[in-house]
Amino acid sequence: MESVISVRELHVSYFGNEVVRDVSFDVEVGSMVGIIGPNGAGKSTLIKSLLGLIPKDKGMVRIFGKETDDVRKKIAYVPQRSMIDWTFPITVMDTVLIGTYPSVGLFKFPKKKEKAWALECLRKVGLEDFRDRQIGELSGGQQQRVFLARALAQKPELLLLDEPFVGIDVASEDTIIRILKELQFQDKTIVVVHHDLSKANAYFDQLLLMNKDLIKFGTVDEVLNREVMSKAYAYQLQFLEKTEVLA
Amino acid sequence: MEFLMAIGQYEFLQKALFTSVVVGLICGVIGSFIILRGMSLMGDAISHAVLPGVALSYAFGINFFIGAVLTGVLTAVGIGYVSQNSRIKNDTAIGILFTSAFALGIIMVTMLKSSTDLYHILFGNVLAVRSSDMWVTVGIGFVVIVTVFAFFKELLLTSFDPTIAAAYGLRNNLIHYLLMTLLTMVTVASLQTVGIVLVVAMLITPAATAYLLTDRLSIMIFLAGGFGMLSAVIGLYFSFTYNLASGATIVVVATVLFFLAFLFSRKYGVVWKSIRARQKRVELSK
Repeated sequence: MESVISVRELHVSYFGNEVVRDVSFDVEVGSMVGIIGPNGAGKSTLIKSLLGLIPKDKGMVRIFGKETDDVRKKIAYVPQRSMIDWTFPITVMDTVLIGTYPSVGLFKFPKKKEKAWALECLRKVGLEDFRDRQIGELSGGQQQRVFLARALAQKPELLLLDEPFVGIDVASEDTIIRILKELQFQDKTIVVVHHDLSKANAYFDQLLLMNKDLIKFGTVDEVLNREVMSKAYAYQLQFLEKTEVLA
Repeated sequence: MEFLMAIGQYEFLQKALFTSVVVGLICGVIGSFIILRGMSLMGDAISHAVLPGVALSYAFGINFFIGAVLTGVLTAVGIGYVSQNSRIKNDTAIGILFTSAFALGIIMVTMLKSSTDLYHILFGNVLAVRSSDMWVTVGIGFVVIVTVFAFFKELLLTSFDPTIAAAYGLRNNLIHYLLMTLLTMVTVASLQTVGIVLVVAMLITPAATAYLLTDRLSIMIFLAGGFGMLSAVIGLYFSFTYNLASGATIVVVATVLFFLAFLFSRKYGVVWKSIRARQKRVELSK
């Protein structure tokens, strides 16, 4: 099997403070991987460094066997929702249209073809009736679906999502999961930073557990057991047992 | 009427009108990005920071445009450097660097020239616009419009969602400095119309007015340019008819337009919002 993501001995730090420590792993085509770990474990940082948004101190990242910069068009990223100016004068439709920018290219504008495609992506997330709304007028769950639609509009081979389910309604979460599974069925690769362990086994085939170091990367069963989890969640373990996340 | 006849009659008035309309237009266009990026203070900073450049240009006998762009962009870079490399917050860095550039400029101008020139640079003197100034303004206007059109997607994306811009491989920094360069050019073009002190009003007031009226960036830019031009024409009319300071009059007109939008914008105006709120309460109490 071909590796979509290949990471070797990756080290990333913020101003000398190391957050990702000697991480190596491979993600295969068509997998749906959840990245889990406690707060401050470097999950988001790992994703950002795959995208080259944060410089790495050491190590190697290959995506589709190449440098990230050479394959950007194939990678869609849905960052944490909070980073945006919600009063920006942009409609839902124009937000989704941004996903077509990389293929449209410099000095050109999205035409009918791109607009039709963006509308179709909006339809997939069930928000075509909201196309002319200003982005801040939507609920949190709807906004997240819009950003997923933007990612779809990019026609990506690899999707990276950072905590997509935080602060959104159940229906939106279901829609997003359904679409991700469809994409996986079409051999797209999906990596999700995720913190809600209770649903991890239902959503993902594979889990990557980290707490600065990579603790375990394997199937859900291999990761979600007491022995492995205790290495990352020393203090929270009792709580996790009570809530019956762990078998 | 008298104003129209005077325009037909006096060439200086034609130049004044034409120059201020172009300035109104490009201030609105660039101002739209300035307010959306939360950089109003930066607009004020750059406009003040061109002063030492203007003074230097006089001293060396070169076109004041060159010196102004140089010190404007240098100050922008300096502000970025100080705020990124210390615990000093951005607005403080802006405050320190632009006032120092401005102070330096005042010293240089008073050393080199009489205080009358300083007065004109600070407050503008649109009726004294020469043909060469007019063409510089038109040239700047052309560059600004073409650049904004060419990089519209990139400007939109880096203003709205810099994270995604970076994920697409766009250099947010480059776009920022491109915008700072355009901002400096616009400021220079505005010097004679409204002067350094009031440039920021032309940048942010028409853009803010437009922002209250639409949810689309492209329309906002057109509206902002339109309000800028309208303010210039009406302002110049009052300035000519009642013999008022032209720059200040233009700014006051722009502000009046802003408050009209603030009160009566269909979606974001205070009046309509309270009417809608009241209707809702009445509806529910039935």
